[in-house]
Order: sequence, then C-alpha cells, then structure tokens
Amino acid sequence: MSAVEVGSGTAVDAGVGAGSAIRPRRRWSTRFLRSELRLIAGRRRNQMGLLVLAAVPIIMAIAVKVSTPGPGEGPNFLSSITSNGLFVPLAALGVEIAMFLPLAMSMLSGDAVAGEANLGTLRYLLTVPVSRTRLLAVKYVSLCIGALWGVTAVALPGAVIGIALFGTGDLTTLSGSQISFGVAVWRVVLVMLYLAAGLAGLAAVGLFISTLTEQPIAASIALLIFTILSWILDSVPQLSWLHPWLIVHEWMSFGDLLRDPIAWANVLRGLFVDGVYALVFWLAAWARFSSKDITS
Amino acid sequence: MSSTGDASGLAVHTEGLTKRFGQQVAVDAIGMAVPRGAVYGFLGPNGSGKTTTIRMLLGLVEPSSGSRSLLGLPLPSGAGQALPRVGSLVEGPAFHPYLSGRSNLARLDAADPLADPRTAAGRIDAALDRVGLRAAAKKRYRAYSLGMRQRLAIAAALLAPRDLLVLDEPTNGLDPQGTREVRSLIGSLAAEGITVLVSSHLLAEVEQICSHLGVMREGRLVAQGTVAEVRGAGPMLVRVQTRQPEAAAAVLRELGVTQVVTTVGEVHGTPGDLEPEKIVSALVYAGVGVQGFTVAVTSLEDLFVSLTGEGFDVSG
Ligand SMILES: Nc1ncnc2c1ncn2[C@@H]1O[C@H](COP(=O)(O)OP(=O)(O)O)[C@@H](O)[C@H]1O
Ligand SMILES: [Mg+2]
Repeated sequence: MSAVEVGSGTAVDAGVGAGSAIRPRRRWSTRFLRSELRLIAGRRRNQMGLLVLAAVPIIMAIAVKVSTPGPGEGPNFLSSITSNGLFVPLAALGVEIAMFLPLAMSMLSGDAVAGEANLGTLRYLLTVPVSRTRLLAVKYVSLCIGALWGVTAVALPGAVIGIALFGTGDLTTLSGSQISFGVAVWRVVLVMLYLAAGLAGLAAVGLFISTLTEQPIAASIALLIFTILSWILDSVPQLSWLHPWLIVHEWMSFGDLLRDPIAWANVLRGLFVDGVYALVFWLAAWARFSSKDITS
Repeated sequence: MSSTGDASGLAVHTEGLTKRFGQQVAVDAIGMAVPRGAVYGFLGPNGSGKTTTIRMLLGLVEPSSGSRSLLGLPLPSGAGQALPRVGSLVEGPAFHPYLSGRSNLARLDAADPLADPRTAAGRIDAALDRVGLRAAAKKRYRAYSLGMRQRLAIAAALLAPRDLLVLDEPTNGLDPQGTREVRSLIGSLAAEGITVLVSSHLLAEVEQICSHLGVMREGRLVAQGTVAEVRGAGPMLVRVQTRQPEAAAAVLRELGVTQVVTTVGEVHGTPGDLEPEKIVSALVYAGVGVQGFTVAVTSLEDLFVSLTGEGFDVSG
C-alpha cells in the first residue's frame, strides 16, 4: 500500500462550460491526510488513550526499580537485564501488544468510517468530492500512522524512564550475549516498527469492519473481539494448522529481534501475514465501500 | 458565476430515476429538469422522496434504475468533474462536534483536491461572512444553535465557486427571522447566476424565491415547470359574493360547477370548462343578488395540498 494520496480520475477537462468554478487540479497533496491526523491527534479521547499507553512502562519501571536488590546483591541474571534501561520499553511493548495497543487501534478504526457515517460528515466528505478510494486510502494511511504513534507512546516514555532509572549499560540479548547501548537502541526501533506493522495489519481489519456499520462503538468492539478471538485460537494446540494465519501469531516473535544475531525467519513470516491482512481487508473494505449507499 | 453552453441547458436532468429500498419504492421514475439559472423549489411532504433524490444526484446513493446528469455531465462517470462545481446541504448539517466551525470548514477544504491551500483562509472567512457566522467561527460546533449549524452547512456549500447549489431543507429548524435570511441569501446567490435546487416540505418557505417548482408525492414527481406553468395546471376557482349563498350554490350546482362550498356571504366552486359569463347570467336570471364575482387560479397553497393529497402529513 503506497502511503500517498492520489486524487481520482484525470485532470479536469476545462472545456465544459466557462464557469469560474473550473479549478485546476492539484495532483499531489497531503493536505487531507494531515487534516485527518490533526483530527485524530486533537481528539481528547485519543489523547487520554496515549496517556494510558504511556503509563504502563512508567509503572513497570518503578515497580522493577523498587523490587530490585541493589547492585551485586541480587542474582546475576536479573542485574544483567536491569543494567540497561531499554528493557523497560521492550517489556512494556510485550505487555501492551496483547490488548492495550489493539484496543487503541480499535478506537481509531471505529472512528475511521463508521464514526464519520455516524456524525453524518461522511456524506459531506464524499460530496466535496473525495473519491471513495481516496477516502479509504487516506483513512488507512492515517491508521498506520496512528499505529506508529501508539507504539511510540509506549516505547518513548519507557525508554526515557528506563534510562533514567537503570542507565545505559550494555543490553543482554535473549541469546545471552551483550550488545552496546547504541546497537540496542536500533533493536528497540526495529521492534517498534515490527509491532506497528502488526497493528497496521489489524487496522485494515478494523477499516473493513468500519465500513459495515454506522456505529463506531460497534466497530471498535468488533475489532477487539476479533483480536481476543485470534489470541484464544492461537492458544489452542489442536488448531495449530490455523496458527500461521492468525495475525497475532507471530507478534510475540518480536523477541527474535533481540537475539544475537537477529533471527529473521519468524519476523519475516509475521510481516508477510501482516501484509496479507492489510491487502485482503483493505480490498474488502474497498469492495464494500465503493458501492455502498450512503444513507447516513 | 454560472457557466452555460452545455447542450442540454439543464443543470440537473434525470430520466426514469428510481430508487427502491427493499420492497419500498422511495423514488419512482422521476424526470427532473432544472434549467440553468433557475431557483427550483423541490416540494413534497416528509417522506415523499426528496432527500433520496438529492442523494442520488450527489452520487451518495446508487439509483435502482434511470439516469441522471449534473451540469450536463452524466453520473456516475462525470461525478469527479461535476461535483466540485456543486455545493450541497443534504438532510441537515453534520460536523465534528469538538471542532470549531472554522476548523470544520478547514477540514472540508483540505479534503478538496482542487482547493488551493494558499487561499483557504480567505475563502473560509468569506463563506463564514456570507452566512453571518464570522463572530462564532472559533466556537466549538457542539455549542452552536440549530440555526448556526444550518448556516455553517450553507457556508460549507459556498467554500468554492459553484455553478449549482443543492440545498435540502435549508430552512429546517430556523426561526422566521433565520428563514428570511436564508431566503434572501438564496436570492442573492441566484442573482449571481448560480442555479439553486432547494427542497422543502413547506411551500410558504420557498415559493417567493422560486422560478420553477417540482412537486413530489409518494416518490413521484406530480408537477414540474415554471411557477406559472405549475399554477396554470391547477383548476380555476370561481367566487361569488352574495347575500343569498344557498340560492347561489343551487344555481352553480345546476350548471355543473363542482366542489361547491358555501360560507357566510360567499360561494366558491370549480367551474371546469364552464365559461364564467354563463355563470353570471344564470345567477342574474335566477334572481340572485351578486355583490362580487371573481375567477382565479387556485392558490399555490391549495394546489400544493391537492397535488400532494394528504397535505403536510407524512407519506410512505
Ligand atoms: N436508507 C433507507 N432505507 C429504507 N427506506 C428509506 C431509506 N431512506 C429513505 N427511505 C424511505 O424512502 C422514503 C423517502 O424518504 P426521503 O427521501 O427521506 O423523503 P423526504 O426527504 O422527502 O422527506 C421514505 O418513505 C423513507 O422512509
Ligand atoms: Mg428529507
């Protein structure tokens, strides 16, 4: 999916009539996308959501700090982990990717189409006119950026408080080796991008659901149920044939990015499944939305 | 501001336009013709299919059958070209409640791929000025009264230069003063050459400003044309002022006048093909004292009621 807005159709044929209303088409513009992002960022509920996402790593960091014995006292393993503050954003991401981050995506994707339909603003966007394909593209790109904001809201405060409380020593990889702080920062960024990609795949499902209803809450709950069901199915061993195709299945493989060297296989598999979800559900949303009667 | 030169000369044209919702036929094979430069009053009781027709004209709803064109461009293929020249208000205002009026307009402008961002602020101010909302521009939409909301929706329709305005019940929820203001705004827009299609379930709200009328009843377009044409299609009415209304009524009935109604000092009825002179001489011959005699076309109000049957009741 290209992260670019493209206006539909060809340039306006100025030959019809001589009205002053004929305006030259501006072919490339991110104005609508920026307006969409402002709308998302400006909404009080979303700001509260980001605060909740950011609170988790802070609570975790303080809890670990309070319960960790001083240097040299505790077991070597624990002190080796807590010698680098970046374990805080990583642990927080691991916790929040299960439910909090998908919940955030549910909220945003519920607003995307169903929210506009519910307010009635959808009909006014479409008569501007915004082509339906462009509308879905802009909505989806803004959800993907929302996913990046979500993981950043977890990782950035996590990193700040982690470094403040635990310092910038070497990071112990899951393979047991040590990597320098500089390398570790890049690993955290990779984890953030990987999880954001997973959330972007989920957002396509949310966008599709959002085209099915005029009730944003219903759309949000539906995506949340979808996520919970995916986790449940992923935990049933008898359904192992299904697991590779569940979007959540490889999410926890982000740990492979913390090995030395990085174990790419599961991560790439995860990205592939995310991409399949994004494509299939975006197209489903398009198929549904492009022919839908807007009676809201 | 208008553009002319399309072969059809029609700003809106539909043929056999039909929309079914399941079993129900909301719009039934209507052939609308809105000439360029007209102020077309699209009348009909609630539920008669006005909004559904407008949604089809704007590409929001796909017709079950029939064709439609806007500004000479057939839909849906011409929508991308026609719609930027059409400002619309459909089924009431709708905006983001937690954004200001101004931010809401800015959002719509940002969504318009043809809008120039450099002129956005000026155009938004001008649109707000036009509807008298400049002072409340920074208020959140949720704090707006219904009248302010309606005006903001009209401002949104005026964000860009337009050739056609489609206003669905723009006076809904406005007080008499607000209604007058909207009427005069429509009048001044029409004077600039913009074609206006304005729907209403209240004839009185739009009849003064309309050059053309289209009357809907239960999904069908039962009358259409210039105001004079639509008026002329209605039955004639004779009124006799007399001190002997009962005797006069008897004479009229004998002559074949229908729908004879007797009130104090007056009798009226529908003469059909009967020549008015014959009625007068028959009255005189019967010795009925005639104080006054008038022949008139039915008032638009009466005509509207007779066309739409149930008057202002909800249909469908
Ligand atoms: N989405 C819909 N589903 C089913 N019926 C509808 C829908 N929209 C409108 N209708 C029906 O179509 C008819 C015409 O409605 P509408 O166009 O809104 O009338 P008006 O605008 O003249 O009041 C009504 O009987 C209404 O109930
Ligand atoms: Mg209506």
